[in-house]
Amino acid sequence: MSKISIDGQVIDVPPEYTLLQACEEAGAEIPRFCFHERLSIAGNCRMCLVEVKGGPPKPTASCAMAVRDLRPGPNGEPPVVLTNSPMAKKAREGVMEFLLINHPLDCPICDQGGECDLQDQAMAYGVDSSRYAENKRAVEDKYIGPLVKTSMNRCIHCTRCVRFTAEVAGTGDMGAIGRGEDMEITTYLESAMTSELQGNITDLCPVGALLPKPQNFRARPWELQKTESIDVMDALGSAIRVDTRGREVMRILPRVNEAVNEEWISDKARQIVDGLKTQRLDRPYLRRNGKLTPATWGEAFAAIAAKVKAAAPGKIGALAGDLTSVEEMFALKRLIASLGSNNLDCRQDGSKLDPKNGRASYIFNSSVAGIDEADAILILGSNPRLEAPVLNARIRKRWLKGGVKIGLIGERANLTYDYSYIGAGPDSLADLISKPRDDSAKRPMIIVGQGALTRPDGAAVLAAAAKLAANQGVVGPEWNGFNILHTAASRVGGLDIGFVPGEGGFDASAMAKGGVEVLFSLGADEIDVAPGAFVIYVGTHGDRGAHRADVILPGAAYTEKSGLYVNTEGRVQLADRASFPPGDAREDWAILRALSDVLGHKLPFDSLSALRAALYAAYPHMAQIGEIAAGDGATLGALASGATDKAAFVNAVSDFYLTNPIARASAVMAECSALAKGRLQQAAE
Amino acid sequence: MSVRRLAEKQPASFEFTLENQAWAAAEITKYPESRQASAVIPLLWRAQAQHDYWLPQKAIEKVAEVLSMPYIRVLEIATFYSMFNLEPVGKHFVQLCGTTPCALRGAEELKKVCASRIGEQRHVTADGNFSWLEVECLGACSNAPMVQINDEYYEDLTPDSLNKLLDDLAAGRPVKVGSQTGRVSSEPEPNKGTTLSDPALYDGSVVGSWKQRFEESMAAAAVAAAEKK
Repeated sequence: MSKISIDGQVIDVPPEYTLLQACEEAGAEIPRFCFHERLSIAGNCRMCLVEVKGGPPKPTASCAMAVRDLRPGPNGEPPVVLTNSPMAKKAREGVMEFLLINHPLDCPICDQGGECDLQDQAMAYGVDSSRYAENKRAVEDKYIGPLVKTSMNRCIHCTRCVRFTAEVAGTGDMGAIGRGEDMEITTYLESAMTSELQGNITDLCPVGALLPKPQNFRARPWELQKTESIDVMDALGSAIRVDTRGREVMRILPRVNEAVNEEWISDKARQIVDGLKTQRLDRPYLRRNGKLTPATWGEAFAAIAAKVKAAAPGKIGALAGDLTSVEEMFALKRLIASLGSNNLDCRQDGSKLDPKNGRASYIFNSSVAGIDEADAILILGSNPRLEAPVLNARIRKRWLKGGVKIGLIGERANLTYDYSYIGAGPDSLADLISKPRDDSAKRPMIIVGQGALTRPDGAAVLAAAAKLAANQGVVGPEWNGFNILHTAASRVGGLDIGFVPGEGGFDASAMAKGGVEVLFSLGADEIDVAPGAFVIYVGTHGDRGAHRADVILPGAAYTEKSGLYVNTEGRVQLADRASFPPGDAREDWAILRALSDVLGHKLPFDSLSALRAALYAAYPHMAQIGEIAAGDGATLGALASGATDKAAFVNAVSDFYLTNPIARASAVMAECSALAKGRLQQAAE
Repeated sequence: MSVRRLAEKQPASFEFTLENQAWAAAEITKYPESRQASAVIPLLWRAQAQHDYWLPQKAIEKVAEVLSMPYIRVLEIATFYSMFNLEPVGKHFVQLCGTTPCALRGAEELKKVCASRIGEQRHVTADGNFSWLEVECLGACSNAPMVQINDEYYEDLTPDSLNKLLDDLAAGRPVKVGSQTGRVSSEPEPNKGTTLSDPALYDGSVVGSWKQRFEESMAAAAVAAAEKK
């Protein structure tokens, strides 16, 4: 630790701290544009200038000067930093004046207005008039993709976007061409960016140069209601903030959660906003004469009751979809059980994960933050870039730090980091098992994707992966690197509460193929149900599940209800309600509660809190919001091994932008998907 | 300087010659493992030399592929350095220095010559022989004014000698590189005195004349101060 005096206050900080970090430690606020905690240091905006004694006799960019680079005084006094001295203030005012020379005065028509760093700093360091009589610089606006609108006159060349795409996203989409006054930020020949994290550059941009295109001229930040929530587009459970105006969701922004998403979210999490408004089911429907026609809740319930009463208990089943919260699944499970059936499944993709094998067999045991410590990573049957882009960025961050070996078994893909390609299928896994232990890796990690588990031999692949884990010391008392990467936000919650077939019950594919006569589908859109069964669909969008349904009960999307979600690492998180379901739609648990009354098996809870109390009583770890109930690694050894076939692993997600009904309803996602497909085709040629 | 963009008309493809491929491979080995991208400037330079002294889009992409860099990284470099030409140039590409020393010594006249003979800047003559560009200091100030044509410097120019030079180049006649007045590098101009052996340099009349003025004013101030007393 070294001593440093900041504005007269002597503090102790690690010598590798930058002056800016040291100043923050001392509570002094330093204005900045180019500096960002999670990006490399550029030092080019010069806004963070401070006065130092013990360093160069000029204003110093505090973001780019380390504490250890300053000399002590003649009598050993600690170096002195002044953040509020007249010299520092004048220097910053000079910088601000230069920045404003070419910055247009269009704040009234700029979407960044109200949350603009430049606007805020100009209040502190700006002057009221310009001394610059010449023409302002004019820059052509660039096309950089469907998610980011550019207004390049406003750009102050902080290069945060360039550094983000080069470092965090790893696609190197953005760059600065030309130099000096002619420097311009753009993509290569104005092509669309290729990253699944590109939306984050709109958050990073300190001015209004890069703005979210779908939200163009829609809302002002101060008129939005902010609700903290959890993303359900993938199983990572990124922390988000849902901004609403009235009943309408206007935008979704990331929240900082160091343990999960740091401060990034994927484009799907950010830009499915328009999908929440289109194709919505806003009233019950009933299939009459082969056609879905609007109905009242009473009619719909009566039709369901008639069918349920006519069916034998063993011929009733329930499927849970990928976006459902734990409470709904819990209520549906209770309802199905009370009807005397044990045909339940939350694994519509046919995954062979089963809660009877212990929690360690289906969660991301090392936790997402554990990736930072891993020194060998094997990815099995997964493309994390498409299945959880933010998690992939974390692996990339680990890779950039160096000293990690990454291997892949499955489909080859551009993951934005180097890996050694081991093989395509279970045979390569078997080869690895026969190899002796690699002692160089102290914290090895295996990431098993759904591509390896949704196959008929999924259970055997899981057991083989567990065997490899045992051989290579992946699972130990202090480190458990055996990780399952899920693709569905509801999956771990469903497995936690045992939403899987009971003794002799049908699983998802058996139910879909005609094993049951009455099928409750709680937003299950990724499975084709064979003709014959009477399908009751509780969901939000007129998607695949609704088209097959005989009765549609309109439910609430994730922004319209308060619900628990358990992410892939087993972390229980609460998504809060930001808005209300449209029309006659209701929260799913309330629909199930009302339906249970009609069916004569009234569920014993009248409010969400009563439902939660019952849930917590049955599954105590659900009450630990934000926490992970660790799985017991020892149970992994008990997985029954079996024969694997030779087929290569096929990734669970091929089209990142269209994985769920909300995304499929979104025009923005459709455009992104078409662009991505075009790129794939081009690459294939 | 102005905004530099890729040329509108682009060739359909670019490929290094076999010789240049071997050269590039050797160049890349000069850099440590995982730092191969450092070879980008030599490779771009070579690509430009191979392609009539200008860089087409495909060459930029080719260099990026050879070095496993994103295209934009190479484009950044190609647009940053003004010595990479992004548009076709004449067979004889005249880069005329217009910075202060050359301007004082008559670069304006040379510009007029170029403008009248070749036409606008960044514009290739119909026969493809010439194009010209005003550039910043090329570091030959003692031989001002000067131009760089392709890889060579031509110094101590006058409108006449530049005209003759361009005539000779156009006709394919051999030309003299360097000073056009006959002096060797930046030695004193012939018949321009003896420079360092000139006694005037040492009697205080030229060098150090300021000192005398300073002493005089000091003395005057001292006298004034004494009078005041």
